[in-house]
Amino acid sequence: MEYSDKVMDYFMNPKNMGTMEEPDGVGEVGNPSCGDQMTIQIKVEDDRIVDIKFKTFGCAAAIATSSMVTELARNKTLDEALQLTNQEVEEELGGLPPIKRHCSLLAEEGLEAAIENYRSKQEGNS
Amino acid sequence: MENSLIYLDHNATTPVAPEVLQAMQPFHREQFANPSSPYRIATEAAQARETAREAVAELLGCKSQEIIFTGCGTEADNLAIKGVGFARRQQGNHIITTKIEHHAVLKSCQWMEKQGFELTYLDVDETGRVSPEQVERSLRDDTILVTIMHANNEVGTVQPLQEIGELLADKQAYFHTDAVQTAGKIPFTVEDLKVDLLSISAHKIYGPKGVGALYRRQGTTLQPLLHGGRHENNLRAGTENIAGIVGLGAAARLARKNLAESADKRVAELRDRLEAGLFEKITDLKFNGNRNHRLPTTVNLSFNYIEGEAMLLHLDAHGIAVSSGSACTSGTLDASHVLLAMGVPVELAHGSLRFSLGYENTEADIQRVIDLLPGIVRKLREISPLYPGEQ
Repeated sequence: MEYSDKVMDYFMNPKNMGTMEEPDGVGEVGNPSCGDQMTIQIKVEDDRIVDIKFKTFGCAAAIATSSMVTELARNKTLDEALQLTNQEVEEELGGLPPIKRHCSLLAEEGLEAAIENYRSKQEGNS
Repeated sequence: MENSLIYLDHNATTPVAPEVLQAMQPFHREQFANPSSPYRIATEAAQARETAREAVAELLGCKSQEIIFTGCGTEADNLAIKGVGFARRQQGNHIITTKIEHHAVLKSCQWMEKQGFELTYLDVDETGRVSPEQVERSLRDDTILVTIMHANNEVGTVQPLQEIGELLADKQAYFHTDAVQTAGKIPFTVEDLKVDLLSISAHKIYGPKGVGALYRRQGTTLQPLLHGGRHENNLRAGTENIAGIVGLGAAARLARKNLAESADKRVAELRDRLEAGLFEKITDLKFNGNRNHRLPTTVNLSFNYIEGEAMLLHLDAHGIAVSSGSACTSGTLDASHVLLAMGVPVELAHGSLRFSLGYENTEADIQRVIDLLPGIVRKLREISPLYPGEQ
């Protein structure tokens, strides 16, 4: 099984890794017993993702896809971000080995969960 | 040193030793004859095969006619299990094995179930050991075979085969062991273990890939897997891999020499140094295995909050080769069946690394792992949402 150079780069030097003070939305997906778990935090201004952070427990593909999805979502409006697919994440990384495709799904779901969490909080406030 | 390989995956395979390679060399071009042919160079090839058989027999403490050469350790396991099953169907239908066997045994047993045999898969304790009492309780009048590995490839736990062999002595069940991880690595004979069948593989002991052997105690009935010529006493048809067989013989001789010089103890010292060094520098570390009954080469550890493949790839980037029981390195989505059978929680099974040392490893190799791995673990824990921070 071989990873692309880009997967290895995002795995070894992940971008947007970490946590933030007072995030506007938090998405938590996966399960450690399945081998991967991911947390995404977003900061939203004028319906746009202005900051985004992640933490991931998982293999190289899980870490690389988490990092890539945060890169792709940054500065997008929430609706634009929701249109991001796991295929786009995969393509940006130069592909994934077939057995690792499910990892990119986790990244997509993590972002969706963070946006949903933000929106449900907004509804609660209005 | 920065770019040189530090190989710590000897339970997966070993490099061919120079003296083994040298012994094999002539059998590719000069002495290429088919040993079944009647002319002189063929007789020489047959002679080389028999010399190798004697060397393997000496390593295992058996007669040379009790050795059957096979294409690999997996084939030896398959021949033992299927060969006994189909040879003894009149005597019974029940086979006993364990939950922590290598897939060569486990999948063979599962296939036997599909052929109508009844299988018992024994549990192990938290150190990976089978209890002889449990074997005794599982025995039935129609048990024809008990197959229990000598030492586990992932955690290195050595099984109490001698005790199990003793309680099987007056039973009809044959006793087979997969000794692929122990033959040539720890001293024993087939009489010590009281087994009827025992599988070995050349490439785990500095021999070539593509050759193994099955010890078959005289009088043990077996059906062949491969039908064809009269090779290997009618039990394994196919023109012999003479270069490979000569390599296995040379590897067996080398293993005896190394054991006589206590090379196993030197490896165990390095292994203990590695284990102690990592425990000293890394928190939330779990030992998997049995410190009193363990291969000298092996240490298996689980690193809480992080995943094995991620650690493995970071080590690989530094030229250090290890293996992991994580699902992500197995080509499936399942964590190690061995660690799970030992009761290791799934997330800790995903976060496991196996270091398996060999005779060529040095203190400098070990020190480099002790220097590098704590930083890798720290980095991955920073990325992990499960990590609560230093307590």
